[in-house]
Amino acid sequence: MSVKRGMALERIDDYRWRLPQSWRPGMRAPGLVFADAALLEQEGGEEALEQVANVACLPGIVGASMAMPDFHWGYGFPVGGVAATTVEDGVVSPGGVGFDINCGVRLLRTSLTMEEVQPRLEELVNTLFAHVPVGVGASSHLRLTPADMEAVLVRGARWAVEHGYGTEEDLETTEDQGCIAGADPGSVGPRPRQRGASQLGTLGAGNHFLEVQVVDQVYDQEAAKSMGITEGQVTVLIHCGSRGFGHQVCEDSLKRMGPAAERYHIRLPDRQLASVPVRSPEGQAYLGAMRCAANFAWANRQVIAHHVREAFQRVFDQDWRQLGLEQVYDVSHNIAKLETHVVDGQPREVCVHRKGATRSLPPGHPEVPERYRAVGQPVLIPGDMGRYSFVAVGGPLAMERSFGSTCHGAGRQRSRGAAKRLLRGHDVREELRAEGVLVRSRSAGLLAEEAPAAYKDVAQVVEVAHQAGLSTKVARMRPRGVVKG
Amino acid sequence: MGVQGKPCQYNGKGDAAYLMPPTYRYLRHTGEVAVRASGADLAEAMAGAAQALFGVMVDLRGVRVRRWMEVTVRSTDLEALLVEWLNELLFRWETGGVLLRRFVVEEVSPTRLRARCGGEPYSEGRHHLKLDVKAATYHRTRVLQSEHGCTAYVILDV
Repeated sequence: MSVKRGMALERIDDYRWRLPQSWRPGMRAPGLVFADAALLEQEGGEEALEQVANVACLPGIVGASMAMPDFHWGYGFPVGGVAATTVEDGVVSPGGVGFDINCGVRLLRTSLTMEEVQPRLEELVNTLFAHVPVGVGASSHLRLTPADMEAVLVRGARWAVEHGYGTEEDLETTEDQGCIAGADPGSVGPRPRQRGASQLGTLGAGNHFLEVQVVDQVYDQEAAKSMGITEGQVTVLIHCGSRGFGHQVCEDSLKRMGPAAERYHIRLPDRQLASVPVRSPEGQAYLGAMRCAANFAWANRQVIAHHVREAFQRVFDQDWRQLGLEQVYDVSHNIAKLETHVVDGQPREVCVHRKGATRSLPPGHPEVPERYRAVGQPVLIPGDMGRYSFVAVGGPLAMERSFGSTCHGAGRQRSRGAAKRLLRGHDVREELRAEGVLVRSRSAGLLAEEAPAAYKDVAQVVEVAHQAGLSTKVARMRPRGVVKG
Repeated sequence: MGVQGKPCQYNGKGDAAYLMPPTYRYLRHTGEVAVRASGADLAEAMAGAAQALFGVMVDLRGVRVRRWMEVTVRSTDLEALLVEWLNELLFRWETGGVLLRRFVVEEVSPTRLRARCGGEPYSEGRHHLKLDVKAATYHRTRVLQSEHGCTAYVILDV
């Protein structure tokens, strides 16, 4: 641990570290980092800690400014940041959600084994690549009229199901049933609509992907059984968000927030943290627009899941229901939600910002779908394309320690430039193929930047979350076929 | 690759400033792409930042200048102007499908920028697309000016 970090962070236990409120003037709460000593050593840690301290300056923040085990240097909030502010007199901050509003993950299971899929894996990956628009500039198969767009913003994944993309059961197994209440299209200007118009059902690029996986380890038999997950089973993971629609909503909101924050005399150390009171007209407008973007993302994943089912049908020549291509769950990891949590012994309504963090509800929580209530809310944690991803369930201490939140994924450990330099001369695609992972991507250059070496080891991240009681490991999946932008 | 001496009808800046392409570099940042663009003055630094933006998204060597468009942006201050400028270009690309590689900033003040931008429509066969940029962020945005020149720093969310 660097001397600087060693001096700043106080150890609470093996997995929790406190950044004292006194560390910097302006902090209204301490920082709380969920990590082990090894994760704290990794690159970008010091800058990320600074961001944890910046977030602690948000008016109305309660508890602590938190960093999940996969935390790393973002812009404004650290990625892996969680902060709750009181609705009564606290602020809402678009930077606490990020540009990719409702970037999230959806997991589908199948009744296929790897033995059955392996001989046709290449064909499957190519067919998925053909069916799901992916990459910069790729455009949707759907043509949305302005009226369709309005409906998508309010009804989210439900709109997609009503138009033949998926089933009611998909909605039951999606966070917020794929449609968050309180979306206000009136708060969304023309630009997000223009950007999102031809993007519904597209995967995007960067670290977004779609993966055919095999479950190679089950840690919790009871939870796995309730999700229909078994060792040797083939699953499909979809990782993407609200595309240009969400990016533009965030941009438009930040532009308005700056001058608005001035009017409310809210001064923060980082402009990207621009905030306004939750109850203010600007705060309500942001939340209304953010929910539209969240719904767009859920509709997006719903349509992509449909394309995935179509691709499987084509390759295996059977209806997707016969292939058992059912949804396990769908979670968001960039979102702000109004929730009730116990703060200083009293239930308070708070605005929980999760930026690169996933909601994590424990067994028995009423918002967990009935079929999972005994085991807890499924948590989907993608890793990098070379190694593995995990499924977990809400842990017993998440509500008490992290406002019901846990990690979201691997987290970068090297910048794109450093990853490219490290891997210069390596044929990333071939190296992955040698390890049994087939990759189809639109952009070859991107592979080095998204290669395993660029990311932290998600197993470490998931282990810390498990030990800290935030989420409980259920199963591990290894990638076999990857489609990327 | 320099421009081959063709004069341009703009605000009377010398040919030398136009012929020397603005310079930019990508800096270390774990999650996103950090840009440092420098020039002899604010106009050049802004042009450099724009070129850096498109340089992230596409291999600029394959982009030709076949049409020009005028872009005007306004904002509250210089850093916000830089972000607004880049996000406007990004918006034009995403909605209009035009890749841009030449930027001639004809007028710039702390709150207003007017430029002519040259490029061509995206063509799948010819243009090698790289990364998707979600937005230019306000995080650590800075514009430093002195008699030696101007440097703009901005972080792009990719």
